[in-house]
Amino acid sequence: MSPSFPFSAIVGQHEMKLALLVAAVDPGIRGVMVFGDRGTGKSTAVRAMPGVLPLMMAVTGCRYGCDPGAPCEECEDRRARGERLRSGKVPVPVVDLPLGATEDRVVGSLDLERALSSGEKRFEPGLLARANRGFLYVDEVNLLEDHLVDLLLDVAASGVNVVEREGLSLRHPARFVIVGSGNPEEGDLRPQLLDRFGLSVDVRTPTAVAERIDVIRRRDAFDRDPGAFMEEWNMEDAKVLRRIQQARKRIDSVIIDDAMLGRVTALCMALGTDGLRGELTLMRASRATAALDGAKKVTLEHLRQVAPMALRHRLRRNPLDDTSSTTRVERAVAELLAA
Amino acid sequence: MSRALALLAVDPKGLGGAVLHGQADDRRDSVLALFDQLVGAQRVRRRLPPGMAAERLHGGLDLAATLSAGRPVEERGLLAVAEGGVITLPMAERAGGPVVAALLGMLDSGSGTTLLALDESMAGEEPVAAALRERLPFMLRLDDQGHDALDERPTLGELAAARNRLPHVTVGEEAMKSICHTAMALGVGSSRADVLAVRAARANAALEGRTDVSEADVSVACALVLAPRATRVPDVPPEPPAPSPEENDPAPDTGEAEQPVSEMADRVLEATTAALSPGMLEGLRQQGGGKARGKSAASTVTPRHGRRIGSRAGDPRTGARLDLVDTLRAAAPWQRLRGARPGKVAVRRQDFRVQRCKAKNGTTIIFCVDASGSSALHRMAEAKGAVELLLAESYVRRDRAALISFRGSKAEILLPPTRSLARAKRALAALPGGGGTPLAAALVAAGQLATQVAAERDAGSVLLVLLTDARANVALDGTGGRPRAESDAEGAARALRSMGVPSLLIDTAPRPGAFAASIASAMGGRYIALPTADAQRVRGAVEATREGLRAS
Repeated sequence: MSPSFPFSAIVGQHEMKLALLVAAVDPGIRGVMVFGDRGTGKSTAVRAMPGVLPLMMAVTGCRYGCDPGAPCEECEDRRARGERLRSGKVPVPVVDLPLGATEDRVVGSLDLERALSSGEKRFEPGLLARANRGFLYVDEVNLLEDHLVDLLLDVAASGVNVVEREGLSLRHPARFVIVGSGNPEEGDLRPQLLDRFGLSVDVRTPTAVAERIDVIRRRDAFDRDPGAFMEEWNMEDAKVLRRIQQARKRIDSVIIDDAMLGRVTALCMALGTDGLRGELTLMRASRATAALDGAKKVTLEHLRQVAPMALRHRLRRNPLDDTSSTTRVERAVAELLAA
Repeated sequence: MSRALALLAVDPKGLGGAVLHGQADDRRDSVLALFDQLVGAQRVRRRLPPGMAAERLHGGLDLAATLSAGRPVEERGLLAVAEGGVITLPMAERAGGPVVAALLGMLDSGSGTTLLALDESMAGEEPVAAALRERLPFMLRLDDQGHDALDERPTLGELAAARNRLPHVTVGEEAMKSICHTAMALGVGSSRADVLAVRAARANAALEGRTDVSEADVSVACALVLAPRATRVPDVPPEPPAPSPEENDPAPDTGEAEQPVSEMADRVLEATTAALSPGMLEGLRQQGGGKARGKSAASTVTPRHGRRIGSRAGDPRTGARLDLVDTLRAAAPWQRLRGARPGKVAVRRQDFRVQRCKAKNGTTIIFCVDASGSSALHRMAEAKGAVELLLAESYVRRDRAALISFRGSKAEILLPPTRSLARAKRALAALPGGGGTPLAAALVAAGQLATQVAAERDAGSVLLVLLTDARANVALDGTGGRPRAESDAEGAARALRSMGVPSLLIDTAPRPGAFAASIASAMGGRYIALPTADAQRVRGAVEATREGLRAS
């Protein structure tokens, strides 16, 4: 496995990076959808996430990497059989779901090898199990078959993978932050699916020459000597890691006062977002942002930063108005969140 | 072309491969043979058979061997076998999602395996998956490179020297700037293209015996990597950026933010523009602002017909076709548990696998017919005739038709998308006429219907056919007045364009007016003036647009 490009060395794309950090601080935000053309650093950013995520405690030998504090059924069984469960620090998994993945590979299936060699019926975990407590990255989610998308979002929301197939019947924990990417020109995502993603960001290729040059300069340096390049950015990545760590500790004590909540609802009402997911996500995301900033209280600035990503995919389309939803959110933010 | 192949031989790991576009013929064979010689004998070569299952790439359980041995026998995947070698993928445009995904994974992991994707698509057919094209630096067209001699090639010794030199080649600031500048001028959006161009330039420098990338290297790299990805023709002559912001704003922003473009960058851009093939330039100039509809919308997974894309658990009695091999595969591991005797296979119902197929969907044609008083009533008859003709053909094609009529103050959907000829005939016969021309309302209704159709589960592509004299005189809110009616109609037309609905406007006015043409261009669609439109000619125009839709 070749080393992945460091997170902090990614040029620009602040909104995407912020969205990923927010999701890392508060996994309850439920997923990030990244729209944009190919070659804008989407995959690079997601694959770089393990470098900035604090290690987590996991039961050694558990196939789902479960938390020692809340063991899964399999670990409970092991304990019941008198086994002493050991645990150790492991990196947070970031799992890639390839476009052509079959349901077998995603959900898991019968372990053929065991079945053949010892005639034992055993479950072979799939990608959902591997992604437990981490990130699941689905590139080109809009090209994924509908039944798989439904399944992913359902598991992401419930945190449990229920398997009922091939004579197997079991459930295992599958709590992960789903990160989807896609190019809207190649097919839209159904609105009801889009709404399930907490945040949505648009990424574009940098339009300033200087930024583009930075992109290829860093990439070239990385290609030539990955080791030295990683070394150079190690400090920056460690800083981000500490920010996430601190923010996770702090987030429960961050206050969002009634005045701010009022702004949140006013904004959502002005934009006419359907349901309450918009408000809830905006509230959680602004709290996570405040925690990342080390603030004790959510301020207007925090709201302004996350309002577009929390709301832009929840607007109704108006056939006569071809302004993008980003512009519409920004307009409303400028109007309603003026200091 | 031979240069691109040589660069690929110098830096297989960084560059990854190439797309070779053209039919299987002697020329392609000689190109492949040349590449074979360049990479040397020690590297593995594998040719992937078309239509191969993705499992063969990843490896896994060897079913036949497992069954005969009675214990699991692992099979090495082709990707592992060919690691560090060369994989040739014939009929690359037909490769299915799982195979493409496996190859993408291989390219992203930097395994050093070179991929030659042989794209044999004809004009108008779907080319190699965009995600693959994006990751492969070179797109070589076998047909329009007739003058490129294949015998100008480096010796194996030179290549080996170049490979040794490659890690020491440095890329200067100026070279990077030129690449970025060229990419932006050509409208290349992806940063991957920039990165690949940098690598190509380094490989070229190494091949030429330099340890510093020169202007010539950058020009070669840009012509090979960036030119085929151009989405627009740069303004010629390259516009020198206005020096005023630099003077007014001497902010110390690292000094390179908005620097005037250097001479080198200009020369590189010029050289790259010269490398754009003439056919491509023509194509780029004609390209409108409209967006292409994606592949996913044009085909769908249906249980019974189309190309096979895999299997799933299911009951064959519901009409799906049984997939015998996968059924046996599913049953295989259980044989011992079920106590099957040698020579007998115990298959249970849960083993059944049925085929999943993927079929192309037909087009939904939305006819939007002007039934106002200004459109003379006899045109209505012609419109009806055209719809009927198309419907009769739709049985063969799986096309659907919908009908919107507009008159008085509003537009209404007379016929939701249907394949039923009888229903369509009834709805058409009942089409009333007379009143004002609410063009804007009609366009909005058409847009809503198009969105609705596109969101359907098995939606194909949508085509909007507007038959009108474009004498708009009713605004969107139902009030009269030409100026407002016209501006509303233009707004609605632009919205349709932003939705990416392909369209055709047939001007039925006795004297075709400029406004109809401007509406057509606002919709990003074709405009045809048929002052004496008869059913056959309307049909001909729709056919032509449809063919265009398929080709784009």
